[in-house]
Amino acid sequence: MRKAPYLAATVAALALAAGSNAAQSEELTLCWAAWDPANALVELSKEFEAQSGHTMRFEFVPWPNFADRMLNELNSGGQLCDLLIGDSQWIGGGAENGHYVKLNDFFDEAGISMDDFAPATVYAYSTWPKGTPNYYALPAMGDANGWFYRKDWFSRPELQEAFQAEYGRPLAEPTTQRELMEIAKFFQGREIDGQTVYGVSIFTERGSEGITMGATGALYAWGFKYENEPGSYDMEGAVNSPEAVEALEFYKELYECCTPPGYTNAYMEQSLDAFKSGQVAMAMNWFAFFPGLYADPTVGGDKIDFFVNPPQNVAASTLGGQGISVVSYSDKQDAALEYIRWFAQPDVQAKWWALGGYSAHNSVLNDPGFVESQPFAGDFLEAMGGVQDFWQEPTYAELLLAMQERLHNYIVADQGTAQEALDGLIEDWTEVFEDDGKL
Amino acid sequence: MTNSVITAAAEKTPPSVARRVRGLSDRAIAWIFVAPTIFLLLAINIFPLIWTVRLSFTDYRANRLNREVEWVGLRNYERILTDDGIWMNMQATAHFLVWTIVFQVLIGFALAYLINKKFKGNALWTTIIVLPMMLSPAVVGNFWTFLYQPQIGLINYMVEFFTGIPASSFSMLGSVELAPWSIVIVDTWMWTPFVMLICLAGLRSIPDYIYEAAEIDRASKWRQFWTITVPMVLPFLMLAVLFRGIENFKMFDLVVQLTGGGPGSVTELASINLKREAFEKWRTGYSSAYAVILFVTIFGLASIYVKALNKVKAR
Repeated sequence: MRKAPYLAATVAALALAAGSNAAQSEELTLCWAAWDPANALVELSKEFEAQSGHTMRFEFVPWPNFADRMLNELNSGGQLCDLLIGDSQWIGGGAENGHYVKLNDFFDEAGISMDDFAPATVYAYSTWPKGTPNYYALPAMGDANGWFYRKDWFSRPELQEAFQAEYGRPLAEPTTQRELMEIAKFFQGREIDGQTVYGVSIFTERGSEGITMGATGALYAWGFKYENEPGSYDMEGAVNSPEAVEALEFYKELYECCTPPGYTNAYMEQSLDAFKSGQVAMAMNWFAFFPGLYADPTVGGDKIDFFVNPPQNVAASTLGGQGISVVSYSDKQDAALEYIRWFAQPDVQAKWWALGGYSAHNSVLNDPGFVESQPFAGDFLEAMGGVQDFWQEPTYAELLLAMQERLHNYIVADQGTAQEALDGLIEDWTEVFEDDGKL
Repeated sequence: MTNSVITAAAEKTPPSVARRVRGLSDRAIAWIFVAPTIFLLLAINIFPLIWTVRLSFTDYRANRLNREVEWVGLRNYERILTDDGIWMNMQATAHFLVWTIVFQVLIGFALAYLINKKFKGNALWTTIIVLPMMLSPAVVGNFWTFLYQPQIGLINYMVEFFTGIPASSFSMLGSVELAPWSIVIVDTWMWTPFVMLICLAGLRSIPDYIYEAAEIDRASKWRQFWTITVPMVLPFLMLAVLFRGIENFKMFDLVVQLTGGGPGSVTELASINLKREAFEKWRTGYSSAYAVILFVTIFGLASIYVKALNKVKAR
C-alpha cells in the first residue's frame, strides 16, 4: 500500500521524460539536389543526429528537376522540407514570397556572424535585397563553374610538339578564353590511343539553366553586365554591349568547332560523361564535382588537372552554390534552426570541406593548408574571388527561361545573330520587369 | 411466373423503404444516381474551367499570393495572339500533329490489312507490333534518345550503312531540320499499333458475304478494296484520327524527354510552352488565357470532326 505513491511517481516521471524526449526529437527533412556533395552532407549530418537526438531525412532531387520540384513545393506552401539548400537565384523569391524564414534574429541569438563567411557567398546566397544585411540563408556550399582537362594528354611529347608547331606556345592550361578555344580546336577530331577525341564539353542544355550557366562563363569573362547601374534595370548597352556580342559569338564558335557530335542538350551529367569516357580533352563543370573527378579511377588522379574559368577582358566565373534556409511552412523550425547553428560551427565546416563539401567559412578558406589540401582548392579560392551570378529577382525563373530560349536559339539552333539574341533578351527581360512593376 | 417473383421481392422489402422508394418518381431516383457524378463533374471539370476563364482576364500569379491581382481585360489574349513565338509553337504543333496522323493512319491501316490475313504466327506478330504502345512515354523517350545518339546510336549507324553519310556527322535531335521529324518518327513508332488495332476491328467487322457477293459480281481485288474495305473501315479510321489528334495536340512527355523543346524552340509544342508559362514562369493569368485558346481550338476542331464522322457513319 505504501509503495503505491512511489510507483505512481516513478511512472509519472518516466512518462514526463518520455514526453519531453518526444517533444525534443524531431525528424527533419533537408531538401537539396541529388549530386556528390549531397552524399557528403548525409555523412556529415550523422554527427548532428548523434549530438541533437533529431533524425535527418533527405530529399534529393536530380538537378534537371530540382528547381521545378522545389519551387512548386515552396509556392504551394508545402511542408516537405524543413531545411532547403536552394539555389542562389531563389533568394529573392524566397524572401519576398515569404518562403524562407528571415535569420537575422536567430544569427544574433546564436552568435553566428556573417563576417565569418566569404563575402561573395554571403552576398550571393544569403542577402535580400542584395547586399543588405537581411539574411535568409547561411552560406552552405560555395561553388563556381570551373574547368578540368586531361593532364596526361597535355603532357604527351608528340602532342606538345604538334601544338607548339601549330600555335607557337606550349600546350598548357589556357590563360584566356581564346587560348582555350585554340586548345579545343587542336584536340578536336584527333586520334589518341586509337580513339577519336574532341575538344571540350560545355553546357548547352535547353530545359533548365544549362546553356545560360555555360555561356555566362564566356560573357562574364568579356565583361558582361546585367545593368548599367546596379538596381536600375537599365540594360540597354550593358546586356547587348559589343563585348557581350563578341563573347556570345565566341561561345557559339566553341560549341560548333569543338564539342562532341550531338552535343546539343548537355549539362552537368553529359559533361562528366564525356570527360569520364575519354571523349574530350577539356570540360566545364561545377567545382562541386571536382572531388569525385579527382577520385575517378579512370580519368582522375595524375591524369586530371583543374583550372579556373579563363579571363578574356576580366577574370570572372559563373557562380554556383547555395545557402541553407529554413522553410517558413515547416512546423519544426526550432529543430531546423538547431541544425543551422550546428552547421555554422568552424569544426563542422572543416569536416564539411574534408568530406567533399565546399565550405564558405573563413576559418576553412583562410587556413594556411587550404590551398594545398586539394588540387583544385586554389582554383576554387581564385574563382570565388570573381564570381558573378544571374539575376536573383523573384521573377528569376522568367528571366532565366527567356535567356535559355534566346541563347539556345542562337547557339544551338543557329537562328539569328548574337546581336539579335541579346537585343531580344533585353525585350524579354524588360517585359518581365514591367509586369513585375520594377520598370 | 414473373409476377410471382416481383410479388415475392416486394413482400421481402421492408415496408418503410418500400414506402419511401414508392414515394419517389423515376426522375427523382435517376437524379439521385446521377447527382454524385454531376457534382464531381462540376467540381473537377466545370468549376476549374470557369475559374480558368476568369483568371485569363487577370495578371494573377500563383507563386505571388501577396500580390494584388489586377483585371487586365483582353490583354493576355492580345499578347498571346500577337506573339510570334507562340505562333511558332503552334506551327511546330501542327507539323507534329499532321505528320504523325498521316504516317500512323497509312502504316496502321497497312499493318491491320496484313495482320487481318490468316497466316501462321498471326497472333505472335500482333503482340509484337502492339508492344510499343504498352511502354511508358518516358521510357520510349529515353531509349530513343540513345538510338538517335550520333556516336553510339543505331539510327545514325543505319543511315551510314545505307547512305554512306558518316554517323557522327549529323544529329537527329540536335538539328533544326531533323528534330521535328525525329519526334514524328518516335510517336509514329509508338502509336501506329493503336491505329492498327482500331483498323483491325473495322476490318474484322466487315461480313465475308459482302466480299463473296463482290466475287460473284467479278469485282477485282482492287475494286473490292476501294468500294468495300475502305468505306467500311473509314468510320473506324476517322475515330482513330480523332483519338490521336486529341492526344497529339496535347503531347508533352515524349517530346520533353526527347528534345526538351529544342534545339532552340523548333520542337517546343504548344503544351510544352504552356507548361513553361504556367509552372516555370508562373504567369497564371497569361497561361490561363493560353489554355483557353488551346481548349477552344481543340474543342472547335473536334466538334467539326465529330460532325463529319457522324455523316460518314450515317452513310
